[in-house]
Amino acid sequence: MLNSKFLKLTFYALPLAFFALFYFYPLAAIFGLSFAPEKHLDLSALAKLTDTPYYLKTLWFTIWQATLSTLLTLLLAMPGAYVFARYRFWSKNTLKTLSTLPFVLPTVVVANAFTALLGPRGLLNQGMMSLFNLSQPPVQIHHTIWMILLAHIFYNYSVALRIISGYWQNLNPNVEEAAQLLGASPIKVFRRVTLPLLMPAINAAGMLVFIFCFSSFGVVLILGGPQYATLEVEIYRQAVNLFNLPTAAALSIIQIIFTFGLMRVYSRSQTQMARPLNRQSSRSLQRPVKSWRDRLIVVGNLALMLLLLGTPLLALVLRSFSGANGLTLRYYRELFINRQGSLFFVPPAEAIFNSIAFALATVVLAALLGMISALLLTRETHRWRGWLDALFMLPLATSAVTLGFGYIIALGRPPLNLRSSLLLVPVAHTLIAIPFVIRSLLPAMRSINPKLREAAATLGATPRRAWLAVDWPLIQRALLVGAVFAFTISMGEFGATLFIARPQTPTMPVAIYRFLGQPGALNYGQALAMSALLMLVCAIGFIAIERFQLGDEGEF
Amino acid sequence: MKNLLILLFTLSLLSACASAEKSPATAPVTIRLMTHDSFDIGKATMQAFEEQNSIKVEIFKAGDGGAALNQAILAKDNPLADVFYGVDNTFLSRALDNDIFTPYASPELANIPANLKLDPQNRALPVDYGDVCLNYDKAWFENSPLQPPQSLEDLADSAYAGLTVVENPATSTPGLAFLLASIGHFGEDGYLSYWKQLKANQVSIADGWEDAYWGQFSAASDGDRPIVVSYASSPPAEVYFADPPITESPTAAVISDGTCFRQIEFAGILKGTKHAVEAQKLVDFMLGQTFQEDIPLNMFVYPAKQNAALPDVFKQHSQVPQKPVTLSPADIAAKREAWIEAWTEVMLR
Repeated sequence: MLNSKFLKLTFYALPLAFFALFYFYPLAAIFGLSFAPEKHLDLSALAKLTDTPYYLKTLWFTIWQATLSTLLTLLLAMPGAYVFARYRFWSKNTLKTLSTLPFVLPTVVVANAFTALLGPRGLLNQGMMSLFNLSQPPVQIHHTIWMILLAHIFYNYSVALRIISGYWQNLNPNVEEAAQLLGASPIKVFRRVTLPLLMPAINAAGMLVFIFCFSSFGVVLILGGPQYATLEVEIYRQAVNLFNLPTAAALSIIQIIFTFGLMRVYSRSQTQMARPLNRQSSRSLQRPVKSWRDRLIVVGNLALMLLLLGTPLLALVLRSFSGANGLTLRYYRELFINRQGSLFFVPPAEAIFNSIAFALATVVLAALLGMISALLLTRETHRWRGWLDALFMLPLATSAVTLGFGYIIALGRPPLNLRSSLLLVPVAHTLIAIPFVIRSLLPAMRSINPKLREAAATLGATPRRAWLAVDWPLIQRALLVGAVFAFTISMGEFGATLFIARPQTPTMPVAIYRFLGQPGALNYGQALAMSALLMLVCAIGFIAIERFQLGDEGEF
Repeated sequence: MKNLLILLFTLSLLSACASAEKSPATAPVTIRLMTHDSFDIGKATMQAFEEQNSIKVEIFKAGDGGAALNQAILAKDNPLADVFYGVDNTFLSRALDNDIFTPYASPELANIPANLKLDPQNRALPVDYGDVCLNYDKAWFENSPLQPPQSLEDLADSAYAGLTVVENPATSTPGLAFLLASIGHFGEDGYLSYWKQLKANQVSIADGWEDAYWGQFSAASDGDRPIVVSYASSPPAEVYFADPPITESPTAAVISDGTCFRQIEFAGILKGTKHAVEAQKLVDFMLGQTFQEDIPLNMFVYPAKQNAALPDVFKQHSQVPQKPVTLSPADIAAKREAWIEAWTEVMLR
């Protein structure tokens, strides 16, 4: 095995090369152009940010809305995570899978679903007005901070739910039981035992949600209204509307530095906090819903999820079937008709095919690179580990406009003439998906007791054999969770690709935006019908991915 | 072994994308048209052009109007495309100042009215225009003692409090057009005090047209605002895309003098193109009869060509404002940022 070391290096170099090529190189190019257009460095744009209190206020707002959104999301998702980790009930996996659906929906569509429920003429207000005989709608939350928080919870609930419950379900309850036997109250057991044990997963989920909200764009612009601005919104304004690249780049740098610093603190605390656990198959730990107390907990949580995630989704689906004269399939039928004979007509089958093709490419790339990155972060002990961990998260917090513009100038010449290649689409999706794969994997990987591996080695297993027998079964589920998010990110066409020039590739979100671009009831109906189809295709995709059990070790 | 396979897979992936931009030598010349996301045209129209000239047109969409233009500017030393379509008069000076277009005096320009030709050097050629106007919900006003608004001043009247939704000029083209209409109408000294009145009159500000129209306009959504900033050609779209078919639009545009702003969209040949002849053919075609007559139903704007026939639904349900507000592109270029900044200061901060 002369070159096994070389192979190992190559293996670990793959994600690093990917990041260097598709993240750092384009970013360096756009920063270079912004700060040194005439070849000499001019950082005055950075200094100018402090000239007015406006940018400081924007940074402050960005941080506090993200913090509040994250805390609320975690708070609401914790009981749900418990229910999904500890109970067995009918169609549990399907429900957990469906909770990821909000992630794929375009913000405009979600905004309209919220308006249908909570708007001045929405269901809630009409109900309350007729019930209490009011002349004015009592709930006025359109264009308020509440709408931003609500939407962030709506989008991120499943991230917290899935990462925490996935970790919780394999947690051996013997420590909790011991504490209980020693006379601790249930609240004390939770606070002193369960919560500390769960912290790696809670922190991982919290970090993802925070960064997601920190770089929030559509939600803030559309649901919050123009009086709110996050750094991301301001970068878009500067880069696109004012074409003021130096200021946009300066703000992007602030965004990146802040995330990087936060990730450093986080990953340092994580490595200290990580402890190997004796994990167990979830099957032996989960109990059926029996007592009244169980029922109350499970049903209560499902009701909350239905209210929070289900009603907006149902409102959308319902509207896609309701025309001027009651229920209709008209909008779905119309999807197949090219009325104007348009060049950009998107046949639904083609849109579905394209979306799935991009999503599968993203899943493969993100799972592969995310897995290698996570191995690099857990198996190799070197000084750079903490820095790498922070680095892998950066794409999630980097403005899509900035990176998109970077692609234009950096990837335009051979041998890397990729800027107009369709492959940039899955590449950009993968950059965003990798953080999700890594954050799903790390808590699981770190919790594996090295004694198990040592035991395997003692029994004569090669390191690879030991890894396959010990680690692999335990991290499969975490990898699947990561894969589901990668799939979702790609299906929903996250912001990352908005600013990449590309040949016509009609995907489902592209079709939705096309319908929303022109007036007329048919256009709106078709946008909703396509959104409902998008949800359906995603749901089928999730279920297919979840069925993809690798090996036969049972559910972990 | 597995690692080696992964490596090979990645390498082949990379080499595949590296060669993706090359076109086979035997095929007809391929040229690229770079444009914004709202561009649309008939399939048959484009095919006819491709077949007649044995040119293949690859269309690149690159975000909204501003984002697409900025990408074209960033790529000007190594252009992404041969022809760019979709820069409008509010962004025209940015394109011209950055020198991305090469002049082309198309013979088709003879059929285009002079007031649409804003670049005397013919680097940017007018393709279509649309008027950004107030639209209102007809049913809402029929059930109300209030008359539909007739002027910009009406919106500031307390009787119209809480009825209007506009778009943010910093993030939306119709929003910017409406801000420019107010500047043209009230002058640079008066527009801010007008906007202060609108703010006091509870005007709602949406991020973009989609949010305003589908999220807040009472005729198209669950929103409660019967007045929206949209296009003079939105009512025919309401009829054309109605379900079930209707004979009268549920909305109408206010087209009285000095209330609308005319957006003109231009196309130009990008400097550095290697297919100048084919690019010229494409521009000629875009200004020609077939393409021009195909514009209204695909993009719901008006063709620039004088004698291009309009579809019935446009003739019956759309009116062109006689005296829209006009501002010179040079003026807009010089002051746009200051105007938006001042507006943002007054309305949002």
